Amino acid sequence: MLETIEGLIGVPAPLLFGQLLLGLINGAFYAMLSLGLAVIFGLLNIINFTHGAQFMMGAFVAWMLLAWAGLGYWWAMLLSPLIVGFSGIILEKVFISRLYKLDHLYGLLLTLGLGLIIEGVFRNEFGSSGLPYRIPAELSGAWDLGFMFMPIYRGWVVVAALFFCIATWLIIEKTRLGAYLRAATERAELVQAFGINVPRMITLTYGAGVALAAVAGVLAAPIYSVNPQMGSNLIIVVFAVVVIGGMGSILGSIVTGFGLGIVEGLTKVFWPEASATVIFVIMAIVLLARPAGLFGKA
Amino acid sequence: MADTTGKPLLEVKDLEAWYGESHILHGVGIEVHPGEVVTLLGRNGAGKTTTLRAIMGLVGRRRGSIKYNDRETIGLRSDLIARAGIAYCPEERGIFASLNVTENLMLPPTVAPGGLGIDEIYKLFPNLKERANSQGTKLSGGEQQMLAIARILRTGAKLLLLDEPTEGLAPVIVQQIGAMIREIKARGFTVLLVEQNFRFAQTVADRHYVMEHGRVVDMVGNDELLTSLDRLHQYLGV
Ligand SMILES: Nc1ncnc2c1ncn2[C@@H]1O[C@H](COP(=O)(O)OP(=O)(O)OP(=O)(O)O)[C@@H](O)[C@H]1O
Ligand SMILES: [Mg+2]
Repeated sequence: MLETIEGLIGVPAPLLFGQLLLGLINGAFYAMLSLGLAVIFGLLNIINFTHGAQFMMGAFVAWMLLAWAGLGYWWAMLLSPLIVGFSGIILEKVFISRLYKLDHLYGLLLTLGLGLIIEGVFRNEFGSSGLPYRIPAELSGAWDLGFMFMPIYRGWVVVAALFFCIATWLIIEKTRLGAYLRAATERAELVQAFGINVPRMITLTYGAGVALAAVAGVLAAPIYSVNPQMGSNLIIVVFAVVVIGGMGSILGSIVTGFGLGIVEGLTKVFWPEASATVIFVIMAIVLLARPAGLFGKA
Repeated sequence: MADTTGKPLLEVKDLEAWYGESHILHGVGIEVHPGEVVTLLGRNGAGKTTTLRAIMGLVGRRRGSIKYNDRETIGLRSDLIARAGIAYCPEERGIFASLNVTENLMLPPTVAPGGLGIDEIYKLFPNLKERANSQGTKLSGGEQQMLAIARILRTGAKLLLLDEPTEGLAPVIVQQIGAMIREIKARGFTVLLVEQNFRFAQTVADRHYVMEHGRVVDMVGNDELLTSLDRLHQYLGV
């Protein structure tokens, strides 16, 4: 079968599947980060430019828990989103909540500035060379799939990201809390007039979106080295993903995130030179053809 | 007949309200007694919707006194006003497009015991059961209005603020809404109803307040309505 694939497309199968897997992993991060952005944008109407820094914080908190408190990966999966999410709640309470009545531009400038400050603080403290974080023992090693070796940790990242994306989607689409969220996204004032504490819901939603970024950060720690720029490198692509999927669309951000990761991986196989730009080219085409994004409501 | 001698359920005094810099209400006074259906009549722009929104805490700034059940609510946030037992059905109905009919119906949380059960709701509004899984905004205008009212009957709120529930609906639907208002009155709900159409108001209400330029300028009992027609025609310009 592998020979058939090679014969058909003219590339070695391991290269193809290797890049597909890499694409899927990048896609997992795109999906989780753009999902958090979509959740936040839906309710707060703010494009959270701090998101990349919060992803980075998620990875750093995992590193600190291990280096300073001896708490390993699984503890980090639990504690890092809580800690970083809580820092998000404070940011929302102290800064972001003051801007809801003002033009979008203020939210953009504030969150961008906060992101730069956070990144700068971490660079000052930890330098920019990057800190290692080891794959937990349970997830190290690789499976021999016959046609390729699959590092277990990478498989785990894809599964875990899918789990968090689907869980988030289910909460928003199928639960009562999700109905409050959807309704408040449409018309917050009326939802509040029904007796729901919308300001608190907004704060918690921001915290949840930030916690999602932190989970992604923990997942990323063993793959990329933990360094202060890891978020800003990724987030630029994520914003392109968000534009392609359609700002604020939950399902759109998940599908587009994974899809574009795969497209990027395939581009590396067939036209390596274009792989760094393919997402931005797609973004330009989508913007021309469907400015609201593939899943956005025009 | 409702008891209008005791303490009012809702007592609005010297209510002023602003949208940004625009001063819209200039000292509105209203009393609604338990079990009453009271209307606010008035021309377009008289301030009827603003009065309901001000009671609900949905205007930029408000001043004066709004007592519900003898408790001052002028300083409360709108969610706390709702929790106190006042429910609001907005003029545009406020059906959520991203929620299906059931989700729209179940959205407002219960604020007190004594609301209608879901079976009673479906008995009053059978269409809502049939269309349970439709997108809320796919319903007809009349069905959306029924949904908007049904969802606040569930919550246990005793005072309902209904903003022009008959606006833009066919006569047969208007009759259904009239019957429904009489039914909920019979069940002990208290209603403050905004209407432009006083012929409809006459079929459901105990008393009528007339608003002009952000003030209450007159009050007419339903039994005096026929003898006050000339006066009302002047206010309403019909
Ligand atoms: N959001 C707003 N911002 C500024 N002014 C407003 C706003 N909403 C209403 N107004 C003004 O307040 C005044 C009263 O409006 P309101 O909607 O209360 O009237 P209404 O009696 O309900 O009229 P209608 O019968 O047309 O519904 C009008 O002059 C209107 O232009
Ligand atoms: Mg009105």
